[in-house]
Amino acid sequence: MTDGAVKSENRLGAAGGTKSILLVGVGGQGTILASKILSEGLMRAGHDVKMSEIHGMSQRGGSVTTHVKFGPKVYSPIINEREADILVAFEKAEAVRWLGYLRLGGALVVNDYEIHPLSVLTGEAAYPAGVIEMLKAEVPNMIEFDAGRIASGLGDVKAQNVVLLGALIQGMGLGGIDWEGVLADLVPPKLLDLNVRAFKAGAARFEGADTNLKSKA
Amino acid sequence: MKEIMTGNEAIARGAWEAGCHVAAAYPGTPSSEILENVSRYAEIKSEWSTNEKVAVEVAAGASLAGARSMAAMKHVGLNVAADPLFTMSYIGSNGGFVVITADDPGLFSSQNEQDNRWYAPHAKLPMMEPSDSQECLDFMRDAFGISERFDAPLLFRVTTRICHSKSVVETGARVEVPIKPYVKDPGKTVMAPASAKRRRYFLEERERRLRKFSNDCPYNWVEWGSVRKIGVITSGISYQHAREAFAELGGSVSFLKLGFTHPLPDETIKKFASEVETLYVVEENEPYIESFVRQLGISCVGKSAIPAVDELNSGIVKRALLGAGEERAYGVDAPPPPRPPVLCPGCSHRGIFYEIAKYKDVVVSSDIGCYTLGVMPPLGVADSVICMGAGVSAGIGFSKVFSMPGAARGDGSAVKKVFGVIGDSTFFHSGVTGLIDAVVNKSGMALFIMDNRTTAMTGHQDNPGTGRTIAGEPTCRIDLEALCVACGVRRENVRLVDPYDLTRVREAVREAYDAGDIYVIITTRPCALIKDVTRGRENVSCQVDGDLCVKCKVCLKVGCPAISLREGAVEIARMMCNGCAICAQVCPKNAISKVGEFND
Repeated sequence: MTDGAVKSENRLGAAGGTKSILLVGVGGQGTILASKILSEGLMRAGHDVKMSEIHGMSQRGGSVTTHVKFGPKVYSPIINEREADILVAFEKAEAVRWLGYLRLGGALVVNDYEIHPLSVLTGEAAYPAGVIEMLKAEVPNMIEFDAGRIASGLGDVKAQNVVLLGALIQGMGLGGIDWEGVLADLVPPKLLDLNVRAFKAGAARFEGADTNLKSKA
Repeated sequence: MKEIMTGNEAIARGAWEAGCHVAAAYPGTPSSEILENVSRYAEIKSEWSTNEKVAVEVAAGASLAGARSMAAMKHVGLNVAADPLFTMSYIGSNGGFVVITADDPGLFSSQNEQDNRWYAPHAKLPMMEPSDSQECLDFMRDAFGISERFDAPLLFRVTTRICHSKSVVETGARVEVPIKPYVKDPGKTVMAPASAKRRRYFLEERERRLRKFSNDCPYNWVEWGSVRKIGVITSGISYQHAREAFAELGGSVSFLKLGFTHPLPDETIKKFASEVETLYVVEENEPYIESFVRQLGISCVGKSAIPAVDELNSGIVKRALLGAGEERAYGVDAPPPPRPPVLCPGCSHRGIFYEIAKYKDVVVSSDIGCYTLGVMPPLGVADSVICMGAGVSAGIGFSKVFSMPGAARGDGSAVKKVFGVIGDSTFFHSGVTGLIDAVVNKSGMALFIMDNRTTAMTGHQDNPGTGRTIAGEPTCRIDLEALCVACGVRRENVRLVDPYDLTRVREAVREAYDAGDIYVIITTRPCALIKDVTRGRENVSCQVDGDLCVKCKVCLKVGCPAISLREGAVEIARMMCNGCAICAQVCPKNAISKVGEFND
């Protein structure tokens, strides 16, 4: 990390050396499991970690957010507006909803995937058009990603959460942690093989690449 | 060993390490996972209680019998349990007795935003407030001993962000604490006026001893900066926000971090305040600490700068106290569609609401649970939701008035009938008493008991109607129909109906509407998300025949998230649909059919 980045973090008020990742999606997409895997791995690698989720009504198709913060010492579990180093959107309209939480210069990872709420299904509201293009124009560090297609190719679209996680971890340069061990402890045995393949497929997206997740986050 | 745990998991772990013997709770977000985790420890006898009052009384009896015991609930649950709580303060404890209140600042899933710290001075109970998962474990482990030492129930206060945040925790071993001898002592445990008055004096004396403890205890501490300039008094999650907010000021800030928050440590606060130039009180919701600081004659900045409403975070603290300005944020001009929670595809409540919605001269008194979502469009079924049980009892009140001359809606139209709506778990919780009231006082309302065989909204906990204990053992399943009859409802006025069968639902709603005296409809379909139900129906779904469909959109009026209108054509998402076929039954052209086979 450069001196400039440290200064900018202090200016934005994060505790020294703390990194913040906001994961957003729609109830049922597996954002919480992905965040649990991420947090567990970070703890095993020796970081202080806090993960915060809001659930309760999330199973009923609501917007779901999980906050993951890690570093030498983390205080508040909440990521404030303009403070996330990385925003990972499992659904693209959710990227728009939570965009204000990304710090200027932070990285945005968007899954090019749509889930329509009831108001859109019944034709009362419209799903915004051209979201990916608008996000690209607004956020310099943006990576779009078709995790749904990759997961479907592996046999189950539901594994897109772990595809995204694999990409995120590889992109952040955290590949050195025993992620397969973490998966084995947190995923049901019959789904382990699928999830390991999903994780690897996601990671392959950034294999050997110098991503903006690593350099700027 | 190091583990990453939610506050709720850490509370359960702390109770286990403390040698807790008995635990009782009624589920409610954000507290539900406390007992779910406690119940995994075989050494602790756990139960889902019928309601929070029962839970506190069960734990109270266990404490008096000599066991370390606990009860857990959400903030509004403590209102239900306030009666035993206030008198148990007089009786005290034998085995350690801890009552957990999980408050919900920001109202993520609650009907109000009350700050239950006020209960502690009101009932004169010692109170602890952890600020992360490690403290949840450590404080809980010590709480039982404090309860025993001071002969007092201890109030353990957490909030949504503590309950549902994970942080790193160092765990320990369980200490086996023997069950204390039970000695009959009516002067202490039978709260008749004479003995209660004696204990009333004891309370004041106990408060004095607790205040001294608060000043000396290891749960309240000072973190001095290198220069004593700014002082911040804080507790619970607010401590974490304050530490983060003031990080950039470095060593000029000192913190008085309070973990034992009733009685508040007067001497510690006075000393801390005297050594700093500027004093801030950073707390979420009510000015609980600030009021006490001001009572001590100390001036401070608190709620004059930090809002009392909504959840706190470090950004709010910075803007309020450090004058941090708003900076540019990323944003694009494409408003995302709102995603309010909705009834799931295959929800067993949908058919009932679809039929009730046809009655424009009906007022619906609803209740707390998934069926509260009936209020959402396009169904729009609910006139009031107050608290657990009010679906029945407020309905009695509505019904009384609408039978009086002159009572009408604002537009002059008459209200001909009042329907109450309540879930199975909520009916057992506090609807039964309302139903007895309705029968005895000759109410003309009709009641819909939405029995989906689980406590759905809070995550599928067992209840008296499921026939299973929290340990998964089979037990008596309370028969709702027999219960209603036993409450005095005429047998012919209790009707069971399959909510997936819209013809029968329509008939039942009509009968309820026409009935002159109390009428009860009990639904018979389990929640679509119960694992066995999902598995059994996973290959069943509905599909639209595009040739027959005339795009009248009537099927969209059932409010099912599996049905969509895409480029003018109605589609049903097979992955989401469970084949409940409510949509097929409302289709005037029979364009929707059910396909696939049920699994055994």
